[in-house]
Amino acid sequence: MQPLTTDEIRALIAKGKLKDAIFKGLGIFCLAAALLVIVLLVTDMVSKGSERFTVDFFLNFASRHANKAGILSAWVGSLLVMLVTGLAAVPLGVAAGVYLEEYAKRNWITEIIEINITNLAAVPSIVYGLLALGIFVYQFGFGQSILSAGLTLALLILPIIIVSTREAIRAIPAMIREGSMAVGATRWQTCRYHIIPYAMPGILTGVIIGLARAIGETAPIITIGALTFIAFLPPAPFTGEPAAGLFDWVMAPFTVMPIQIFNWTSRPDPAFEVNAAAAGFVLMAMVLTMNGVAIWLRYKMRKNIKW
Amino acid sequence: MSANNASDLPTVSDRLAKNAMRNVSERLIEALLFGAAAVSVLTTIGIMYVLISESIHFFANVSIVDFLTDTQWTPLFDDAHFGIMVLVSGTLVSSAVALLLAVPMGTIIAIYLSEFANGKVREVAKPILELLGGIPTIVFGYFALLMVTPLLQKIFPELPGFSLLSAGLVMGIMIVPYIASLSEDAMRSVPMSLREGAYAMGSTKLYTAIHVVVPAAFSGLAASYILAISRAVGETMILAVAAGMQPNLTWNPMEPAATITSYIVQVALGDLPHGSIGYQTIFAAGLTLILITLIFNILGQWLRRKFRENY
Repeated sequence: MQPLTTDEIRALIAKGKLKDAIFKGLGIFCLAAALLVIVLLVTDMVSKGSERFTVDFFLNFASRHANKAGILSAWVGSLLVMLVTGLAAVPLGVAAGVYLEEYAKRNWITEIIEINITNLAAVPSIVYGLLALGIFVYQFGFGQSILSAGLTLALLILPIIIVSTREAIRAIPAMIREGSMAVGATRWQTCRYHIIPYAMPGILTGVIIGLARAIGETAPIITIGALTFIAFLPPAPFTGEPAAGLFDWVMAPFTVMPIQIFNWTSRPDPAFEVNAAAAGFVLMAMVLTMNGVAIWLRYKMRKNIKW
Repeated sequence: MSANNASDLPTVSDRLAKNAMRNVSERLIEALLFGAAAVSVLTTIGIMYVLISESIHFFANVSIVDFLTDTQWTPLFDDAHFGIMVLVSGTLVSSAVALLLAVPMGTIIAIYLSEFANGKVREVAKPILELLGGIPTIVFGYFALLMVTPLLQKIFPELPGFSLLSAGLVMGIMIVPYIASLSEDAMRSVPMSLREGAYAMGSTKLYTAIHVVVPAAFSGLAASYILAISRAVGETMILAVAAGMQPNLTWNPMEPAATITSYIVQVALGDLPHGSIGYQTIFAAGLTLILITLIFNILGQWLRRKFRENY
């Protein structure tokens, strides 16, 4: 092989550096494209939907007339479904995470549970809708209610909460447990007074991310048969004639934000596009705020905690 | 409480009685926590039970051969045909479009973030990607139908209002954050010594990234691609909104077509009586969907095992 001259080596280095620079540009371009999508989406929704950002839009029911239609039943429905989802998924998810990290023995049962949680995270959300349709709606007879929807979404986000709980618990050093047990605390007391409180910020991050995912989910809720046109609110406790019970609302029919947007998007009349844009912006704002809070929380946590 | 127990058990001291109580409640709590962990297994069992039991009813009426070979999908017509390939083609074409966009883009972003970008860029870029991944799919559907399709129609004037192409492209954008963040994690866990070795031999950054880091992290990259496929195959709302819901046996992304998922949505929007054949089709479709994801997952696991590298 002929030895290279200095100039040839310089040319080779320059070529390598150029390729590096080109790739760097490509990377920045791809990232910018991702950012551009968010910006485009938000600006389009704001500019198209701006005429609907009035108090009436939030206080009106769905309507045949685009300019009178609002999202009252949708946002109330979303809020109530989230309440059921949170009440079901948070205790279950945290308990499962605590069990797997603090109690579970390394045996085949634990292994099955762990493999299962990983696989559930990859199951398409619409399949949860089919599960709910078969089990909650028909077998348990919950019907097409807020309860069915809330439980469905709870199952959907359970893996997210379990995984984040486990990660938060795993970051707690063993000396905390040893110290607690050394002064005579039982395993549960250790969890109750030390592990869970110290893992709280991490758990909270997972809960917020899970709920943000749930509030935007459409497919499973459509599958259980939520109605698209609802011009009333679920009964508030102790109101109406005869007075509604404390928990009557969980069995009420409902609609949620994503379904309302779907309904408006799929109408041929372009006037409803404006409604879809405005409602889409409201939903985006809710989801992005929740995600933003979770990201900020994680960032804070990483800076503050030093064991 | 301890006084009561002490009278029941006169031979042990108060303290031991209290310990016994503590043991009982500890056991009880452990059982409760185990129950919570078992819910996830019950979910899987429930999914399989629902899909299989309803599909058994369905296959009592429709032969599996027809299901797999018929070229028409008209379950709600009088002349009913149940050719699942019609829906599978829509699912595969839209997923292919999505992956053709998401895999290169996600991988490039991952290589850039892991090998080229400094800490500050990473700290800004990762949250942006996370926000992109958090956008509800129905909003992406709106984006596909009302923004991407009109844009594409300027380039391809013959593109119809609903198409697998625009739905697939937007699906690709949705998947980019998953691939980017999982692949980046995989590449960052490649030991620094490998890179240092490559640099010491005179490699450039790009050469090191492509010939050292990517092969070393390949099993992680494969895992991210597999997750991406699962997401694409199972994605529903973008397709229901932007790809049209007409069953159409096609391999051409420029056409509108129904997918397995958008068919389920379409049926659920109507009012099918519980137990009818139309009701059963969505479970047979769901079972097909799960099997497709399963096949890709098994393939992925095999790939990972084949290319796994240990240090």
